[in-house]
Amino acid sequence: MSAALNERRGVGAARSTFAPWEDPAARPLVSFQGVSKRFGDHQAVRGLSLDIYEREFFALLGPSGCGKTTLMRMLAGFEAPDEGQILLEGRDIARLPPHARPVHMMFQSYALFPHLSVAQNIAFGLKQQRLPKAEIAARVEEMLALVRLEGLQRRKPHELSGGQRQRVALARAIAPRPRILLLDEPLAALDRRLREETQFELMNLQHELGVTFMIVTHDQEEAMVVADRLAVMREGEVVQVGRPAQVYEAPADRYVAGFLGDVNLFEGRMEAQGAEGLRFASAEVPGGLLAAEGPQLAPGASAWLAVRPEKMGLHQEPPPEGANRMAGEVHDIGYLGDWTTYVVELSSGRRVKVARANASRQVERPVSWGDKVWLSFAPDSAVVLVR
Amino acid sequence: MKRGRTWLAAIPPYLWLALFFALPFLLVAKLSLSDTALAIPPYAPRLDWSRGVAGVMAFVRGLDLEAYARLPQDRIYVSAYASSLRIAALATAVLLVLGYPIAYGMSRFGPAARQALVMAVILPFWTSFLIRIYAWIAILKPAGLLNSLLAQVGLPPLQLLNSEAGVIIGLVYAYLPFMVLPLYAVLEKQDESLLEAAQDLGATRAGAFWQVTFPLSLRGVAAGALLCFIPMVGEFVIPDLLGGSETLMLGRTVWTEFFANRDWPAASAVAIVLLATLLAPILLFQRQQAKVLR
Repeated sequence: MSAALNERRGVGAARSTFAPWEDPAARPLVSFQGVSKRFGDHQAVRGLSLDIYEREFFALLGPSGCGKTTLMRMLAGFEAPDEGQILLEGRDIARLPPHARPVHMMFQSYALFPHLSVAQNIAFGLKQQRLPKAEIAARVEEMLALVRLEGLQRRKPHELSGGQRQRVALARAIAPRPRILLLDEPLAALDRRLREETQFELMNLQHELGVTFMIVTHDQEEAMVVADRLAVMREGEVVQVGRPAQVYEAPADRYVAGFLGDVNLFEGRMEAQGAEGLRFASAEVPGGLLAAEGPQLAPGASAWLAVRPEKMGLHQEPPPEGANRMAGEVHDIGYLGDWTTYVVELSSGRRVKVARANASRQVERPVSWGDKVWLSFAPDSAVVLVR
Repeated sequence: MKRGRTWLAAIPPYLWLALFFALPFLLVAKLSLSDTALAIPPYAPRLDWSRGVAGVMAFVRGLDLEAYARLPQDRIYVSAYASSLRIAALATAVLLVLGYPIAYGMSRFGPAARQALVMAVILPFWTSFLIRIYAWIAILKPAGLLNSLLAQVGLPPLQLLNSEAGVIIGLVYAYLPFMVLPLYAVLEKQDESLLEAAQDLGATRAGAFWQVTFPLSLRGVAAGALLCFIPMVGEFVIPDLLGGSETLMLGRTVWTEFFANRDWPAASAVAIVLLATLLAPILLFQRQQAKVLR
């Protein structure tokens, strides 16, 4: 269903040819198999299985404490799993020390060596491999050019800006050509504009080098921009894995729907399934709820219709009667320039978010605070969730 | 007004320094330029205020560098300097080798255990220094604790008391906290993720230590070494009690000149030359610290 959904919405078209996870013959580069890790009373990771493929840009997404960092540290070798296997190209590396793994990490704090120059920092991993001096020098030059730090090789880390430090950390981690590069909240310390720029740089770099990247982040926007696939984690488990658009448009449950972007949830009771779709009765929506597609549900079963704010219609005149219609009053308006977010309070007291693109500069009758408005959504905009 | 008050706050420390450092130092410097005399106090010239300017002039004319000129001629001073510097350097080396692993080990513990360990390092200070050094006499003397222990395992006795080895043992014992604490302060602050980064990039634990931990702790090494080396060069009590008459160190030389020979100018000259010798490493250290701060 999700593949069909992708096609219909035309998302992910740019890289749609790259999908090794859909190829049953493809062998994953990294494979977590039933991995568990406990710290005292806290079960950080529970029985988690996950495959990551060669050349993939994979994002681990979740709130703090969801186990994403622990998972990454187990792949780097800083933590050993209590149970399960971590396979790299089919070989179990769960017990290998960090220095024996072709896995490098870019630390959130960057962890640059303060006593070494930029060039020495970048050369550190190469020196450990005992490469000839000339080769190290050549590789350092290449890395400096790659991250656009030419001319700064003699600087010490404290003489660099935050963005420059971030690039040194990146160059240092990719210089020894790891099989997989781990990025722990790599952009968290940068300001917004730099972060956006760097996101695209990271993607280009990853594409150019053909190295597999695994990024850990709590920033859903960042994960959606950079990743080929992302895994949403909660309490040590992976809740959903898929392309960003797939996870956004077809979330597996209410948690994922709410974590990845904003969502309005309408609770309903299953009435009937017909040609037009699934019909639900709802206390909040007098005309009932209608979803174009969804899982098989027994009559009377309760479910939630998830509708993204940008897929809600906002009307200043009452629309024709029917399903998915509700009346309310504008409670809040957030003007973002490109978008405006309206919070509409229904008669039940329940608040619904609606996002409108500001497509034209002049609006004849702008919606303002306290206005009486009507909301609607199309049946194929709703996702039926049972969890 | 606020400015005025800040300025006032700076006075007490300077007054303190002037009274208890600059003034005594100038007195010692003046003494080193005097000559010995059979008088009380045993030096000349003396400043005679009653003769006014003429008296001051006579006094200044009486000062000379004779005490300094005598120093290199007397073999005892030269060898006292040499052995003081040698013993202090040796003890500093032993302290580093011994203190570094202790400080490193301490810094690896959890915060609660670390506090207890720092306490354990400081605790010996709560007993009298003299008593602790006397205890070492009991341990090191020919029929002492150490030798009776050696005899029990069938080893020949060691002659440690009244030897250079005895002095070094005493110095290392007494100065260990001054080595451990600055090293610990630097090691404890070290960012754990730097070690992880080094290992992640292919360094073994030992490799990470020598390439990251150790170079980043050099500031502590310098601080600890100077903190121990400088006072050890002039140390008096330990060489006196554990070194016997065999070990010649500057502290004892000054003492002998001052009290036994009543040669105050010579004693003062020895002290001033010692200070000048030690000034070099102190200034070097300060410049290095300033560089780190910058």
